[in-house]
Amino acid sequence: MIMQTETTFSVSRYATEFVPSHAANNYGMNARIKRLRQQSFEAEPSLSIERALIETRFYQENEGKYPIPILRALNFLEICKRKTIYIGEDELIVGERGPKPKSVPTFPELTCHSVEDLHVLNTRDLQRYTISEEDIETYAREVIPYWQGRTQRERIFNHVPQDWKEAYELGMFTEFMEQRAPGHTALDGKIYQYGLLDLKERIAKALSALDFMNDPEATDKQEELTAMSISCDAAILFAERHADLADELSLTEKDPKRKAELLKIAEVCRWVPAHAPRTYWEAIQMYWFIHLGTITELNGWDAMNPGHFDQHLAPFYEREIAAGTLTRDEAKELMSCFFIKVNNHTAPPKVGITAKESGTYNDFTNLNIGGIKADGSDGVSEVSYIMLETIEELHLLQPGSAIHVSVRTPERFLRAGCKVIRQGHGYPSVFNPDVYVEELMRQGKSLRDAREGGCSGCIEVGAFGKEAYVLTGYLNVPKVLEVTLHDGLDPVSGRQVGLHTGDPRQFQSYEELYAAFLKQIHYFVDMKVRVSNYIDRMFAKYAPATFLSLFIDDCIAKGKDYYNCGPRYNTTYIQCTGLGTITDSLSVLRKHVFEEKHFTMDALLKAMEDNFVGHEPMRQFILNRTPFFGNDDDYADEIAVKVFDDLYEAIEGKPNTKGECFHLNMLSTTCHVYFGKIMGATPNGRLAGRAISDGTSPSHGADTHGPSAVIKSLGKLDQTKSGGTLLNQRFMPSLLKRDEDIAKLASLIRSYFALGGHHIQFNMVDTETLHAAQRCPEEYRDLLVRVAGYSDYFNDMNADLQADVIARTEQECF
Amino acid sequence: MRLFDIKRYAINDGPGIRITLFMKGCPLSCVWCHNPEGGSPQPEKLYTRKKCMGCQACVQACPHQALRWTEEQGIVTDRARCVVCGRCAAVCPAMAMEISGKDYTFDEAMREIEKEMLFMDESGGGVTFCGGEPLMHPDDLAEMLDRCGELGIHRAVDTTLFASEAVVRRIMARCELFLVDLKQMDSDKHRAYTGVPNEPILANLRMIAEAGMAFWIRIPLIEGVNADEENIARSAAFLSSIPWERKVVNLLPYHDIGKGKHEKRGSIYNPQHLPMAAPSADTLARCIAQFEAQGITAVVGG
Repeated sequence: MIMQTETTFSVSRYATEFVPSHAANNYGMNARIKRLRQQSFEAEPSLSIERALIETRFYQENEGKYPIPILRALNFLEICKRKTIYIGEDELIVGERGPKPKSVPTFPELTCHSVEDLHVLNTRDLQRYTISEEDIETYAREVIPYWQGRTQRERIFNHVPQDWKEAYELGMFTEFMEQRAPGHTALDGKIYQYGLLDLKERIAKALSALDFMNDPEATDKQEELTAMSISCDAAILFAERHADLADELSLTEKDPKRKAELLKIAEVCRWVPAHAPRTYWEAIQMYWFIHLGTITELNGWDAMNPGHFDQHLAPFYEREIAAGTLTRDEAKELMSCFFIKVNNHTAPPKVGITAKESGTYNDFTNLNIGGIKADGSDGVSEVSYIMLETIEELHLLQPGSAIHVSVRTPERFLRAGCKVIRQGHGYPSVFNPDVYVEELMRQGKSLRDAREGGCSGCIEVGAFGKEAYVLTGYLNVPKVLEVTLHDGLDPVSGRQVGLHTGDPRQFQSYEELYAAFLKQIHYFVDMKVRVSNYIDRMFAKYAPATFLSLFIDDCIAKGKDYYNCGPRYNTTYIQCTGLGTITDSLSVLRKHVFEEKHFTMDALLKAMEDNFVGHEPMRQFILNRTPFFGNDDDYADEIAVKVFDDLYEAIEGKPNTKGECFHLNMLSTTCHVYFGKIMGATPNGRLAGRAISDGTSPSHGADTHGPSAVIKSLGKLDQTKSGGTLLNQRFMPSLLKRDEDIAKLASLIRSYFALGGHHIQFNMVDTETLHAAQRCPEEYRDLLVRVAGYSDYFNDMNADLQADVIARTEQECF
Repeated sequence: MRLFDIKRYAINDGPGIRITLFMKGCPLSCVWCHNPEGGSPQPEKLYTRKKCMGCQACVQACPHQALRWTEEQGIVTDRARCVVCGRCAAVCPAMAMEISGKDYTFDEAMREIEKEMLFMDESGGGVTFCGGEPLMHPDDLAEMLDRCGELGIHRAVDTTLFASEAVVRRIMARCELFLVDLKQMDSDKHRAYTGVPNEPILANLRMIAEAGMAFWIRIPLIEGVNADEENIARSAAFLSSIPWERKVVNLLPYHDIGKGKHEKRGSIYNPQHLPMAAPSADTLARCIAQFEAQGITAVVGG
């Protein structure tokens, strides 16, 4: 089955064709995987109107005939019954959300693309989605007219208050659920123990136990449970259609080897997801069908995630290796097939003005590797190493990956992960289960449920298979300061968006300024919470996820939907961005304006208004003479801790609609770029339009004392108060050249985690970054370079030496 | 004590993750020196042209009228007038003007070291005193080493070993590791390139080896200076003649990184134009083989 080849290939981050790898390892992709990977790479994202057409016709005929949960489940069944089934050449793991790889359906029930949107998507430069004129016409004729006034997005925007709309438009915060459904979840191990037929049995029991005498919700529960049962049928039918197609293809297949594979695919698809998987292959296919089901039913944020995939697969792998029915190479080949499947799934594109502006990113499926098991023991297995090898060889955009490093995690595994980090793909990132278990327990999860948790998308954590943890959007914290410095007015638009908290020129002390800032924070947080709660109920009422609900405890037992308190835990987050930018800005105000009176508030505001043009000495003074976050300097770090704690106070405990509450999260994904774009200059010397700091990382270039100082600063935050923090650390490849450097990187990670760090990721610096550093040195003051047994900051080198470092980085990086 | 730099996450100065303190002042004046600002024990002024905005705040601030602005070179310092009072650096917004050499009390220096202790403990690292030449300030160094020793911190001293035997013995008793540069076996050549003869260095190296002290040997490998067959043969022979368990040398290929630093000091790099170049791959291979023949492993970089 496996063809061993001589050469290993990897692909540079921006290139779309193969280049030989400098980091050849002993394994390498086989010919099948190379072909599948190449196809996945070359496939052009396109829009498929198939789902929308099936759904529109179904709704036209059936809306009003059924209770909403049942209508949704029947709609899902209809899609599973009618959608095009795809089995590609060479494939072992099968199933696509669209009719072919990278073909993305639309979800008009949530938000309906206009004809103009479709034209823009078809022609824009960045992240183009092709769609034929004919399809656009069909869409205009059949889909758009029906959904006008009926979409979830319209329902939401019809009701939100004007002050919210204004704040939203000016970039004070974003709202996740205006175009997509709440998702952010990952599965636990139950799908490897129970098939959908088992779940149907469980649903039948729950139905028969309904108490119409005493339970006023029994009717709602009956509708929901019936809908769940229909959803099981839908997914089984979907799998059987794959089995049928595989059988059919096998009849005409000339190659006996491929014929056998097709028959095997048919056998697998007839067994899962109806039954619990028996083999490693079936286990992967089982997950993949569940994954496809959830992203076909709705377009929940961040797609779907298998959670601790290595832990779930390890028993199958070990059993089959012992029995001799599977080889390690075969196991890796199947894992590679799975990775390519995930990579085939581009995110559904947005509508409206955002269609033009945002290059919609891929959905995240962030694989959790290693970590701890529910009983607290080490979760690393041979499958974990297979996954690391697959990451290194395939070098794909998705799935993302993270190694989870507890105090129980073997050093060998951590170092194997660090070697993949050295390759410079930007992943795996590194998570600390010891801290996130504490975070989850602080929110009220049981020890066992917390240990089964992990990270699903970016850095947010949840109890896998038992929790709806809804991220509602990003709060632009530096923008709140911007507004505070203008008495509630947004200086970019000239509109009064916040409260009147006073002219800052009249403030007598830093404390007075800070109090005004906090008042604005509370104002915007409350504004956001009110609308988030409203949207939450919209989904519970109009867009139940009856298929997803099957896999999240205790939806079946409670007879309630994933969006409607069905899960054991129901958490809501607001993600705060720009901790570095806000800390540094406050540090400038405190030190130079109020304490040392180096310049006045008026002078600073004037300079900011002028975007520091004509005020370069002041800006240089700020950049060079202010204690900034990320340098293990208590002056700045105390401000960061205070802001972090106050954001926690503002958000934590605000009630959500499910009897639980909001929590603080500290991530930005790519939103810090957007937030920066719509902001003027900030007191920390950041120019207008430039990105604000990401996650909990220091501002770009503000950390000048090396990675250990950054880690010490971050370690001062009590990260268990959040549902996740994010630390991005830039590294030159030359700092990770030798094996002993890998050991030192591992120590650095362990040190951060000993301080209570939640997450860290390393971006290997490439030549492009170094050129950018030459153009804009102040944003790259943290670049530490090694030159023959000696390290220095890139910025401190003369031009000749910089050129030399660039030339060498080119060779080393990829 | 006077330091001209403190580097955290130092991963090239001994085992594990370390913090390196650069003590100012050195009796040698190696032509290729990476840290020429560490040569003089006195504070000195550095000027980085590309950071300078030309605001001339320094020109205004200088009480001795030692500075003037020129379009071609930026700020020009009249060294005869400059007393390195540091006023210019204090007012420079861009840190284009800096004073190299800052005085720390022992307590202050210890506070900096203690910041890095977590990483040292986690990685088996420690503190490294480097320079300049730390042995030039034995009292300061001994005090710092004693204080680190009390905290159980692993101590390394990066040294030329150009010091009296008594000083070396005094420091040797207070640290766990020496990092020693072996530059040139011929004393005349050594003097030509570094300003001092090598006899005391070799004698001290033999002495610490015989005393059972741990040391690492690093050779800045420079074509035209010490990469020739004869010098490498003599180096290898010497190293195999002393008691030494480690038997690993790190070859650090020449790099003119010091050039930029000289620009900042307003001094001239390699004023006599001595021929220096990075060793070729062939030279490196030959050097490695020469060490190998003496039972010594040569590692490039480190």
